Amino acid sequence: MKAALKVWSGRLLEALLTLWLLATLCFVLLRAAPGGPFDAEKAAPPEVQAALAQQYRLDRPLLAQYGAWLGDVARGDLGPSFQYPDYTVNQLVAQALPVSALNGGLALLLALLLGIPLGVLAALRAGRTLDRALMFVAGLGLAVPKFVVAPLLVLLFAVTLHWLPAGGWGEWRNLVLPVVALALPNVAYCARLTRASLLETLSAEYLRAARARGLSETRLLFAHALRPALLPVAAWLSPALINVVTGSAVVEQVFGIPGMGRYFVQGALNRDYTLVLGVVLVVGAAIVAINVLVDALRGWMDPRLRAATA
Amino acid sequence: MTRLSACLLWLCSSAALAQPALPGDLPLERGNGPEPATLDAHRCQEVACGNVLRDLYEGLVTEDAHGRLVPGMAQAWSVSADGRVWTFRLRPGLRWSNGTPLDAPQIVASFRRAFAPATAAPFGELFEALHNARAVQAGQVPPAQLGVAAPDTRTVVFTFDRSAPVPALLTLPIAFPVYLPGVARFGAQHTRPGHLVGNGAYRLAAWTPQANLVVARNPHFHAASTVAIARVRFHVTEDASAELQRFAAGDLHMTEVVPPQPLTSLRARFGDQLRIAPYLGAFWLGLNLTTPPLRDAPGLRRALALAVDRDKLTAHVTGLGEQPAHGIVPPGIAGYVPARTPWSALDTPAREALARRLYRQAGYSRRHPLVIELRYNTSTPHRRMALAVAAMWRQVLGVQVRLRNEEWKVFVGNRKQRVITQVFRGGWIGDVPDARNFLAAFGSDGPLNWTGYDDAGFRERLARADAATSPAARDAWLRAAEQRLLNADAVVPLYFYTSKHLVAPQVQGWHPNALDRHASRWLRLGSATPPAARSAARSAASPAARSTTGTAAP
Repeated sequence: MKAALKVWSGRLLEALLTLWLLATLCFVLLRAAPGGPFDAEKAAPPEVQAALAQQYRLDRPLLAQYGAWLGDVARGDLGPSFQYPDYTVNQLVAQALPVSALNGGLALLLALLLGIPLGVLAALRAGRTLDRALMFVAGLGLAVPKFVVAPLLVLLFAVTLHWLPAGGWGEWRNLVLPVVALALPNVAYCARLTRASLLETLSAEYLRAARARGLSETRLLFAHALRPALLPVAAWLSPALINVVTGSAVVEQVFGIPGMGRYFVQGALNRDYTLVLGVVLVVGAAIVAINVLVDALRGWMDPRLRAATA
Repeated sequence: MTRLSACLLWLCSSAALAQPALPGDLPLERGNGPEPATLDAHRCQEVACGNVLRDLYEGLVTEDAHGRLVPGMAQAWSVSADGRVWTFRLRPGLRWSNGTPLDAPQIVASFRRAFAPATAAPFGELFEALHNARAVQAGQVPPAQLGVAAPDTRTVVFTFDRSAPVPALLTLPIAFPVYLPGVARFGAQHTRPGHLVGNGAYRLAAWTPQANLVVARNPHFHAASTVAIARVRFHVTEDASAELQRFAAGDLHMTEVVPPQPLTSLRARFGDQLRIAPYLGAFWLGLNLTTPPLRDAPGLRRALALAVDRDKLTAHVTGLGEQPAHGIVPPGIAGYVPARTPWSALDTPAREALARRLYRQAGYSRRHPLVIELRYNTSTPHRRMALAVAAMWRQVLGVQVRLRNEEWKVFVGNRKQRVITQVFRGGWIGDVPDARNFLAAFGSDGPLNWTGYDDAGFRERLARADAATSPAARDAWLRAAEQRLLNADAVVPLYFYTSKHLVAPQVQGWHPNALDRHASRWLRLGSATPPAARSAARSAASPAARSTTGTAAP
């Protein structure tokens, strides 16, 4: 118990340090970028610019701005948005994170539900036509980028067939195409990973011995091979989850989804310092949390890892 | 986590409870461009928030579907003989969207809030003619000294220090009455659904940032019975190509823009649904007059202006109905006859010959060419325009042009500073239909005078226009100022903008207008068919049949 507490407190400290470094680096880079949040085609008169600078603390020395922002963050306040003054960054993130999580979570679920069975099927038919066909399609799914897949889906299912909306947010139908666009490369990767890992597992000594003892192929697969074969898939879950949950700016842009990716892109373009920093911090925290969760999952699947951590 | 659960719940319930909407419930689906930055009328400066605010609020004066000025909150107005004191008489029985009475003192208080320094209203400068407006905004005098007063509950009186297009100014969001008890209670969040109290044809029903915003008919609006569409959904459509696909898929009734592509293909695909009309905006190239080589070389500046073939640019580079420009004030402003460049009547060979002669006189030749930088912000249309102009300058004169594109914020910062720019993309979209709006920046040393043009004669003409007591005299002096600016070749006019939309056949009452403003209260949905169903039906029809359906083209 004491050892576990030590491990977890160490991890927490490590996470906080990582987030602080991330935020500081991001703060410096943002402020080093030319152009300011209130630079516009029709610039406001000097007195208005001065009033805005005062409201957003931009009239203070940079170090003072950094200190004030860090103090606010420590109290859980990510500050006001420069671009969207009607909202605080907390409110924008609270609205966007569940959207990205829902979209990305469904995409990852779809990837696992399709990718694992396809990978297993390919491994069981290794070297045959079905295997080659599945891996060719998976290779294609990985090679074609999302900014090509997404418009193609729109063209086919929205513009031509009129089955689904081409974009927007508010109904379940709005989720279908973006989820598919996000899921496709992940399905492909998951299938390839499962196939490779399962093939390696099936050739292990203990399984050959089991097979020699007369164990059926089905029992061999589900009782002995699949769980260890899915360990690499579990390891991949961490970056995949981070990728889809934190939002894909391309997919969100194409389908008009109000998720984290769009806020990051818009925030950077508008020099909305607090919004970008807020998104980076929340995404950073999400990555840390996901890594911890996936480590726990891998530990549950592989007792050797659990023992090593302990 | 609660929100995530709510999302999942919504996902399940929306699927389970989905029912066909009643015909009268169908909303108008409007593409609206980027996310509105704010719904605080006094702080709005973009088109995206302006579109929504024109549904949520009404000024003393408003615009009809054709863009003509018509009474809004005011039923009538009058102006003093010297054109400086404007008196507005309110309609009886005006109400806010929460049902409480709206009177003149509230309008005055709202104006004072708009110009208070803390509000930091970006469009306050447009009201600089209003007595004490700049001084109030700068915090030099208290808001109570602003030139607006309410002698009784139904009269608002404005005092201006110089001539100004007052009725047109009062259609801007900064002149909308903001409900101050809401501001006091909710602060910056007075603009949220449930908090926002307006006085327009609609009230705010829902707002999902970066997705959409829904407004519903306001029963307390003075002309509520004439508002045909019960609900309007403004969709955030950041990407013009994605917006076009959403229209093509039947998700939208109207788009905010049309992405750049050949007119013929757009016409073939969308027929009369494509609405292109003159727009009050000018695109020009600015010349930095504060540094060599352009500062002391008027002949060189004119040579550059002469060497551009505007007919080719508008026919082959922009290609969406834009008009070649020989001035900086676009046509379409009532009472104003725009000035033209002195050489606008020349044909192409004469124009190019004159350009070459002036180029040589400036000391340049093909052996000793001018090397100059043309700067623009990252954007495909701007890149194509810069490439075309550079090619024309090279072909006609032998000028060597370095093209430099910059990210938007970097570009506007550099242009404002006038330090490293030589030739740059410029232009102006009218805030109000007034020639002075296009000329004022050149008369000051402020951040909007990107060229650094500094001419006492120009300023004198502007001042005379300001002092004029009749609109005709004012317009004449403004025209003289524009002519002087063009004679000095401070800018190279290229073309006048057009507005471009896709409008579905069942949207009725949509008319083009110079400022491209289309309040939902003037629109009707001619069919209860939802856009998606309409598109499905359309896809079954032949292209020829598609192009003949719907309302007549404007």
